[in-house]
Amino acid sequence: MNTKYTYAFIILTLVLVLCFFMNISLGSVNIPLKDVFGSVFGSSENESWQYIILNYRLPKAFTAILVGSGLGISGLLMQTLFRNPLAGPFVLGISSGASLGVALVILGSGLFGGVFATLLISKWSIVIAASLGSFLVLLAVLLVSSKVRDTMAILIIGLMFGSITTAVVSVLSYFSSAEQLQQYIFWGFGSLGNLSWNELFIFFGIYSIGLLFTIISIKALNTFLLGENYAKSLGLNIKQSRLIIIIATSLLAGTITAFAGPIAFIGLAIPHITRQIFNTSNHKTLLPAVFLFGAIVMLICDSIAQLPTSDYTLPINAITSLIGAPVVVWLLVRQRKMVF
Amino acid sequence: MTTTNQHSILKTRNLSIGYISKKATSVIAQNINIELKQGELIGLVGANGIGKSTLLRTLSAIQPPLKGDIDLNGKSLQSYSGIELAKTMSLVLTEQLMSKNLSVFELIALSRQPYTNWVGNLTETDISIINMAITQTNLSELKHRKCFELSDGQLQKVMIARALAQDTNLIILDEPTTHLDMYHKAYILKLLQKLAKETHKTILFSSHEIDLAIQLCDTMVVMTNDKVIYDTPCHLINQGIFETLFPKDLIGFDKKTGSFRVKK
Repeated sequence: MNTKYTYAFIILTLVLVLCFFMNISLGSVNIPLKDVFGSVFGSSENESWQYIILNYRLPKAFTAILVGSGLGISGLLMQTLFRNPLAGPFVLGISSGASLGVALVILGSGLFGGVFATLLISKWSIVIAASLGSFLVLLAVLLVSSKVRDTMAILIIGLMFGSITTAVVSVLSYFSSAEQLQQYIFWGFGSLGNLSWNELFIFFGIYSIGLLFTIISIKALNTFLLGENYAKSLGLNIKQSRLIIIIATSLLAGTITAFAGPIAFIGLAIPHITRQIFNTSNHKTLLPAVFLFGAIVMLICDSIAQLPTSDYTLPINAITSLIGAPVVVWLLVRQRKMVF
Repeated sequence: MTTTNQHSILKTRNLSIGYISKKATSVIAQNINIELKQGELIGLVGANGIGKSTLLRTLSAIQPPLKGDIDLNGKSLQSYSGIELAKTMSLVLTEQLMSKNLSVFELIALSRQPYTNWVGNLTETDISIINMAITQTNLSELKHRKCFELSDGQLQKVMIARALAQDTNLIILDEPTTHLDMYHKAYILKLLQKLAKETHKTILFSSHEIDLAIQLCDTMVVMTNDKVIYDTPCHLINQGIFETLFPKDLIGFDKKTGSFRVKK
């Protein structure tokens, strides 16, 4: 890591810690800051407060960190791999793939009925279906993109996959019960707060494998900055590196979508904000920076979604889009000099 | 097996180049016999569409030959692994950089990838090799500039420095002088000549600057419709090879000045 960025990383880490505590101290129940710390470090006297902090707010905050950083990183991977600054898990249809997988499980379970349906609808089958769906769609996009040289065409192909998904989902919805439909729609709102510690643990496990694949790809990602033929002339095994990057993306984006729903714009916007601020394309710097930014932005979005001191919780997807979409517009407007 | 062989870097025997598709094999050029020696600057010239790029692509293992052998450092080109090849041959291509947000130093540093560890950390040796390449190409003042701030001529110098820092016996450049003004065309080719002399690297480039190539190259590869000729510029002029390069209606080759003239 470059020394000139050391201060930036220290500051970002402090901001992350700050956002973390802000996130767990805000919510529908007003808990004084002293007791928030007390609960985390095991010295609080109020048991219900401690219960809320330990079993609800802490897992939610950790989920926010994993979701924000993971989506940011998978967006970064896609943008470098597809040589397109507007690529991202959402644009390229990975999220649509996950949605299709989940729709098939939740809505399609009605077609099978009985014991099989209850078996299908468990949390784990949703997770597996989402991961599989995203992996297959990404693989399809990549297969097609190896034939098509034009990167704009690849984006359009991603959008087409999105349309196919929507169509299949609406056919499935037509044959589904209201209850199943509601379940699917609620999944689509995105949610960070539904994970128990056990689920969070599994989430973290898969996320770590994705992150590991990303870290071993840092060198390849930097080589891709030169373009494919140069990368090849530097002895890079392009097919293998591509596959590893795709597996990393589908593990990260797939599990995140599985556990937290299709969360929009973070994957697209965070790498851009990071590139603008750090003014580099070196992945050794970008990767930790995207991790920190993604986590911070997600914690802030979640804090806003909680509508502190009220009983309502807004869908997290709405908040990220409200923040993310203007950022993308702003980036395109000031594109005089696109930093990529 | 005498002294000439020791200095031979790249050698082809009865090489045929072209493309194979499902329906047919299209041969672009055949019977190519060239031998590039250490420390030489070699210019590859020929009309548009004659197959210069195909030849360079074949020599740099981007596409397979149709027939014949290519020996690199006395070993068959086909038997090189990716990393091995990257340590023996570096390229300067016509394709655009994907990201111009890298600084000049960062971009040149990427050439050390075949030598660096899994995460690409630069050692002292790497850094001194990069700095040497920067000095040799007179880029010291631009070292910390971003690539998008550079002119075409400067960027081409950076790409040459990148190839230098890859520390290979052979550098192949595909049309390094396109998009440059007259001064920078001469500048880049003069730089290549200097580098070949100083670093004892073999430098092969394709170009449309035949006049300049005649003045600066040690040997030249000339591609015409029916054959590929490999010789020194003087011999090529004496044999009248350059007259056969283009249709004769518009321009003619002047042997005295070694350049092309528009017919009046």
